[in-house]
Amino acid sequence: MTGDQTDTTSSVFHHDDQGNPIGHTSHDNEAVSKSRMSAYWRANLKFLGALLVVWFAVSFGAGIIFADTLDQYSFLGFPLGFWFSQQGAIYVFVVLIFIYVIGMNRIDKIHGVDDDESSPTTGGSA
Amino acid sequence: MAVQTLTYIFVGLTFGLYIAIALWSRARSTTDFYVAGGGVNPVINGMATAADWMSAASFISMAGIIAFMGRDGAVYLLGWTGGYVLLALLLAPYLRKFGQFTVPDFIGERYYSRAARVVAVICLVFISFTYIAGQMRGVGIVFSRFLEVHIATGVLIGMGIVFIYAVLGGMKGITYTQAAQYCVLIFAYMVPAIFISLLVSGSPIPQLGFAGTMADGSGRAVLETLDATLLDLGFGAYTDGARSTIDIFAITAALMIGTAGLPHVIVRFFTVPKVSDARRSAGWALMFIAILYTTAPAVAVFARINFVESVNGKPYDETPAWFRNWEDIGLVAWQDKNDDGRLQYRAGAPFAGAPSFSDTRGDSGERLITNTTTETANEVYVDRDIIVLANPEIAALPNWVVALVAAGGLAAALSTAAGLLLVISAAVSHDLLKKTFSPNLSERQELLYARIAIAVALGLAGLFGIYPPAFVAQVVAFAFGLAAASLFPAILLGVFSKRMNKEGAIAGMIVGLIFTFGYIVYFKFVSPGSNTAAYWLFGISPEGIGFIGAALNFAVAGIVARFTAPPPDAVQDLVDDIRLPSGAGVARDHG
Repeated sequence: MTGDQTDTTSSVFHHDDQGNPIGHTSHDNEAVSKSRMSAYWRANLKFLGALLVVWFAVSFGAGIIFADTLDQYSFLGFPLGFWFSQQGAIYVFVVLIFIYVIGMNRIDKIHGVDDDESSPTTGGSA
Repeated sequence: MAVQTLTYIFVGLTFGLYIAIALWSRARSTTDFYVAGGGVNPVINGMATAADWMSAASFISMAGIIAFMGRDGAVYLLGWTGGYVLLALLLAPYLRKFGQFTVPDFIGERYYSRAARVVAVICLVFISFTYIAGQMRGVGIVFSRFLEVHIATGVLIGMGIVFIYAVLGGMKGITYTQAAQYCVLIFAYMVPAIFISLLVSGSPIPQLGFAGTMADGSGRAVLETLDATLLDLGFGAYTDGARSTIDIFAITAALMIGTAGLPHVIVRFFTVPKVSDARRSAGWALMFIAILYTTAPAVAVFARINFVESVNGKPYDETPAWFRNWEDIGLVAWQDKNDDGRLQYRAGAPFAGAPSFSDTRGDSGERLITNTTTETANEVYVDRDIIVLANPEIAALPNWVVALVAAGGLAAALSTAAGLLLVISAAVSHDLLKKTFSPNLSERQELLYARIAIAVALGLAGLFGIYPPAFVAQVVAFAFGLAAASLFPAILLGVFSKRMNKEGAIAGMIVGLIFTFGYIVYFKFVSPGSNTAAYWLFGISPEGIGFIGAALNFAVAGIVARFTAPPPDAVQDLVDDIRLPSGAGVARDHG
């Protein structure tokens, strides 16, 4: 990684409108080697896959396919399958996205591809 | 104070707020206009996305639909929130990294093809207009019921407000107005929900209240009480579904994939500074959305209980005022089939179709209808869209709550309409004019055309609101089905398959589109009589067929790509690049 790259990206945040196209294929990629790139992508896919399994299990699984079986159990006063389809799956969805945010930031850092510039940027953390 | 006066005050105040925000955040460049300058805080963007996403359908119609569908209503709850997860995990970060203005931009560049871009523009415009028609109907209903102005006047006022902040402010104005609209709509949704939950179940948390016990001292569970009441009247139990599992599965999947492919929500992620911000902003947005979506099923249960109690068995002249008010608008009707002067609310349609009223009134004072009666014992017609709006009145809540709900409904409808108008205008001015027909357009000219396009689109949307096409209800299935069968697979493959080429993507989109379009047209228009499970493919209704359309799209795209040349190196490098979060600049025109 060179200072050159930092300049390119940070200037963009200053809304400079000189029309310099930021090429998709330039600087940033050369810095990240092919093997690192594919290791990052594999980690990403694995993480995504795990999250999507949970996503499917709570909505299509517990809320639809196995809902009738789960209805025999009661949760907070709801039949369990009914609860998953009208409440539970939605709570899990919210948690999933936040796990995704935290997990991806970590994966980005490990592989050195995170977008956390050294200078503070607009937006920032909430 | 009277409901009408209070409504004028609340609606006036909120509209004033939106205009003030619009003036403060005027767009000065195409980057401002299309992606709000790319510097929006993720939490604010989350709120704006939530308001963009939650349309009149979510605010006004959804709880009412669930109230009458019971358990099967979960297709909307799961479909619309689960689709959001797909969007957040599979599309948003990558499209943000890609960093241009529109969804057709991505399709056009990734598939190095003008034809692909134009196909995407056509899908996008069709989906967006279908959606806008629904928003404008919502605006019309709120105005005609609560402000007692003609629907046309109501729609014109709504258009005026949207014109000011969308045409002046572009995405920048829309973003900050939508954040304000989120606050208005969620407050307006939660206040009556909490009130009603307290009244029915004694719990201040609606999400728990509908599993609690009745507050009437009977000690029975809320859901059991509702089930028993409905079974007595000949309905199925609320907690049992009526549709087959495979149909529920397909509809949920089609709604999920469809919502993930809705262009006006995707572009919201182009407005934040970084890829990690796009992810975080998606998390906030779903949290804001979930507050309403977990409340809606509770509202549905309470509303159904209150509705049956306040209507069934009542003599017409003792019905609550809201019943006759909505009858005047034509969204409820009563036909005294057994001439006992009382309303019998039972399972089944009271008469064929939507009510068409004659000018005369019956013995009890009700508006007479001219439809053919049915054999059922049911005498009461109720349009599902009124439930949320009428709920505070049905539960006899104070007038200010009624007025608040009206302002909330308008916020939901207008925020979504504005987002849709923006993607339509960007598709026309950016994708068609600048990228396809006249590449020499200067930024200034493009901005002017974008403003003209948004004004024209707004005019058309207004016409839809004033003269709603009779087929609006039927074509809503289109918007999701087509988004599912066309845009979602093309975008997903564009990110996750480096080998996917233009031949595969275009063939997939076209096959998915034609199949889905044909299936819906056949069952909704050509042969509506055979629109039953016996004739459906695999028992899947037209509402769920987008799922099969999407599967076909993936399959065809995969096969065609296998036998045609791989994409050029530059495009493969582009895919490598969008997979990496580092180095995302502000979304801009790459020239």
